[in-house]
Amino acid sequence: MIDSPVLERVLSEALRHGGDFAEVFAEDRSTSSAMLDDGRVEELSSGRERGAGIRVVSGETTGFAHTADLSEVGLLRAAEAASAVARSGGGGTASVAVSLTAPAGGGDTGDGPPEGRSLGSKAEALELLRRADEAARSTGDSITQVQAGCGGSRRQVLIANSEGLLARDQQARTRFSVSCVATGDTGLQTGFESAARTLGFELFDEISVEELAGLAARRALSKLSARPAPSGELPVVLAGGSGGILFHEACGHGLEADHIVKDASVYTGMVGQQVASPLVTLVDDGTVGSEWGTFAVDDEGRPAQCTVLIDHGVLTDYLWDYLRARKEGRVSSGNGRRQTYQHLPMVRMTNTFLLPGEEDADEIVAQTPRGVYVAKLGGGQVNTTTGDFVFGTTEAYLIEGGRITEPLRDANLIGNGPEILKRIDAVATDFGMTPGTCGKDGQSVPVGCGQATMRLTGVTIGGTAE
Amino acid sequence: MSTTTESKDATGATAGDGPDDLVSIADRVAGWARSGEDVEVYVARGDETEIRAYGGEVESLTSATSAGIGIRVVVDHRLGFAWAGSLDGTVLEETLAEARDNATFATPDEHVQLAVPDGVAAVPVDLWDEGLATVPTTRKVELALALEAQARAADPRIRQVDHADYGDGSVELALVSTTGIRASSRKTSGYIGVGVIAGEGDASQTGGGFSVGRGFDGLDPDRATGDAVIRAVRLLGATKGPSGRITVVFDRRAATTLLSVVSAALSGEAVAKGRSFFAGRIGELVGDPVLTLVDDPTDPRAYGAAAYDAEGLACRRNVLIDAGVLQGFLYDTVAASRSGVSSTGSAVRGGFSGTPGPGCRALALTPGSEGYDEDGVLAAVAEGLFVQSMTGVHSGVNPISGDFSVGAEGLMIRGGKLAEPVREITVASTLQRMLQSVVAVGADVEWLPGIAAGQTLAVGDMQVSGV
Repeated sequence: MIDSPVLERVLSEALRHGGDFAEVFAEDRSTSSAMLDDGRVEELSSGRERGAGIRVVSGETTGFAHTADLSEVGLLRAAEAASAVARSGGGGTASVAVSLTAPAGGGDTGDGPPEGRSLGSKAEALELLRRADEAARSTGDSITQVQAGCGGSRRQVLIANSEGLLARDQQARTRFSVSCVATGDTGLQTGFESAARTLGFELFDEISVEELAGLAARRALSKLSARPAPSGELPVVLAGGSGGILFHEACGHGLEADHIVKDASVYTGMVGQQVASPLVTLVDDGTVGSEWGTFAVDDEGRPAQCTVLIDHGVLTDYLWDYLRARKEGRVSSGNGRRQTYQHLPMVRMTNTFLLPGEEDADEIVAQTPRGVYVAKLGGGQVNTTTGDFVFGTTEAYLIEGGRITEPLRDANLIGNGPEILKRIDAVATDFGMTPGTCGKDGQSVPVGCGQATMRLTGVTIGGTAE
Repeated sequence: MSTTTESKDATGATAGDGPDDLVSIADRVAGWARSGEDVEVYVARGDETEIRAYGGEVESLTSATSAGIGIRVVVDHRLGFAWAGSLDGTVLEETLAEARDNATFATPDEHVQLAVPDGVAAVPVDLWDEGLATVPTTRKVELALALEAQARAADPRIRQVDHADYGDGSVELALVSTTGIRASSRKTSGYIGVGVIAGEGDASQTGGGFSVGRGFDGLDPDRATGDAVIRAVRLLGATKGPSGRITVVFDRRAATTLLSVVSAALSGEAVAKGRSFFAGRIGELVGDPVLTLVDDPTDPRAYGAAAYDAEGLACRRNVLIDAGVLQGFLYDTVAASRSGVSSTGSAVRGGFSGTPGPGCRALALTPGSEGYDEDGVLAAVAEGLFVQSMTGVHSGVNPISGDFSVGAEGLMIRGGKLAEPVREITVASTLQRMLQSVVAVGADVEWLPGIAAGQTLAVGDMQVSGV
């Protein structure tokens, strides 16, 4: 995207007025999406965005400017703007050398398309949408509305900094989703399912859109006869792959170093301590296969890595980006991410998951006399300072006498991270991952969450039944 | 007056004192339309400054300009869309070509069409603060630093200021179509926000406060810090509250969120596609008679005030619920055609990369005749739960089924006054039942950032799950 000599001059300009770190993050991103709704292909959309974000760090202060103009003139202008906050010193000219270092994570370093990542044609996308629509509608007469979406993005990034780092990556992502509405005597109910991977249309070699659509449709149908969720504290069994969102919210965010260094997390100062049940070994791993939160290098040019956060219940480490790691005299854990070149990077999760246990999933249900079985979770939210978090169910059932019985209407569950982590008393072998979009401080990034079937001895369920 | 537009049909004139260069770009691209196709061009440009203070220093300062274009092409009742984050000449051509290509894949749909001028005159709203551009960055930095310092010093129990931010921005846009739409507008905004952590013993609680305006002047640090501090401090010592079926008072901020959620079910598109619990209920009593709900973007006090909607039609006042009776929905051009009605001038879109759809901009409840402020509502309710913030709204509220279940924190109401703090509880009902169970609507209307007003709202018969 930008030649090394240009990058070198821009980084020099960025540090001309002082400062101890400068970085250029350039991005060329194209997106495409197709939406089928109400039985019609309603909208095909394509987008293209390219530009660069330049930051200059001087002590505790970061200056940041971005531009859509990737010419040398445009970049120099942005460097000048970013360096404004560092302009307290007397100036002087810094000389910055940039040498090409291939990312250790094995990222695509060339400018060509990543291998084995085909961008499907518009016609292929439409065919997939029609098949999904048909599969969902054929699931039951009560399915009254189907919306299916197929979207992809390709992102080429280049990162160069004044410490000599130069990294490139090509990222392709594809997502397919189906939302259904079922209509019955009790009103409307909804069902949703999605699949998303860091791949091109190879996604569709791995998943069946018919199965995915059928799952979304059955989810809506089952809730037509659902009764109100209970209110109060009950044991909860989470199905394998139902959404490791529990860990994402209960502790993932609280282990991000930006919250830690500001003492704004319940997990501050707890490394080495037992923070969870011994059954909990939690990792954040940006290198796993083609999961939704996978990449070769992060948005600061660091290779993705696997970080063990909790080992058999003991807190072992936090997640780090460049700035927070530098402050602590260590290196980034490859968790510096940003939504686009228009955003500053911050500490973000990648794929965060609980390693599987040894129990049988069915046996865990059989050994639960009364409780709630959550087959699918929706989103969640946490206050990292207090540890209080919520997560929503989108498919749940009562457990009575060790058996899964009646379907329940959607509800949020609420808990406190450090307390809930200690209430995990069973983890099975049936591991599964779920893609999600994580929002933090106004920026959204793709993440993966995962766990095997597991039981919490007690969680407050926010239903309407007394 | 800073926002202008004129319909070509009505006057043949071009847009007035809006950003002429953007109108020219939009005109140029619309001029490339081929015979038999309609083209709508949306061009936007923005400037922004963001400053975050931490520990007495500037943690980050961002300054940026961005611009982009979104093009819709309709050929034979097929719609295609493309956008780009650039206004370069070749990019404009490529984007139009891409939108045109996308159109060929859509299913023909007789309702798919671009807006045409409907003769409704726009109510001018002044959203531009001329002074903002002249405020030097150093003053903005000073304000962010002062905000942080003030928050740290506000109360001995404040042990951390998580963030203290200043932000401002300006957006200019032009909208031109081959169907006769020519609109342009511009808008400035200013914001300060602060988040604090209060501590006492082992307990920590958080609170946030902010102040918004059209520019720099008028941003009120006292208000932002005062709000943040009281919200954090009054929650200290909070325990998991009791369970039961009680009346819940939503504070102004929580009520804004609540109205925004209800608004999704008032979208004419959701209704036409069977995705709203309001479908087929016009003329029916859907709420307590105390409820009158109006979307009025022509009210200049509203945060979402606008003269024109996202298709270039005049924004107008739309009564949605009158004394509990459902009156109508919000429509853009396509949803209106699908429903056999006219657009209500309610198209919204998320910038140049989004396509328009119907939505609210300035939703508010007509205050109850008692003229209650927050204290008045609390006194009237006497016993219940006061909710100052909700979590999991995106995961626990479903505007299609109406199921409502959120995490909440706040204080119990005893003897008509705020009592002990509670946390880690959920509040649940259905939106349908909540509308029927509104007990009081406050007159303390405050236009908060977003699409709905904040006003204290009391809802009876809600299930609270705690201990």
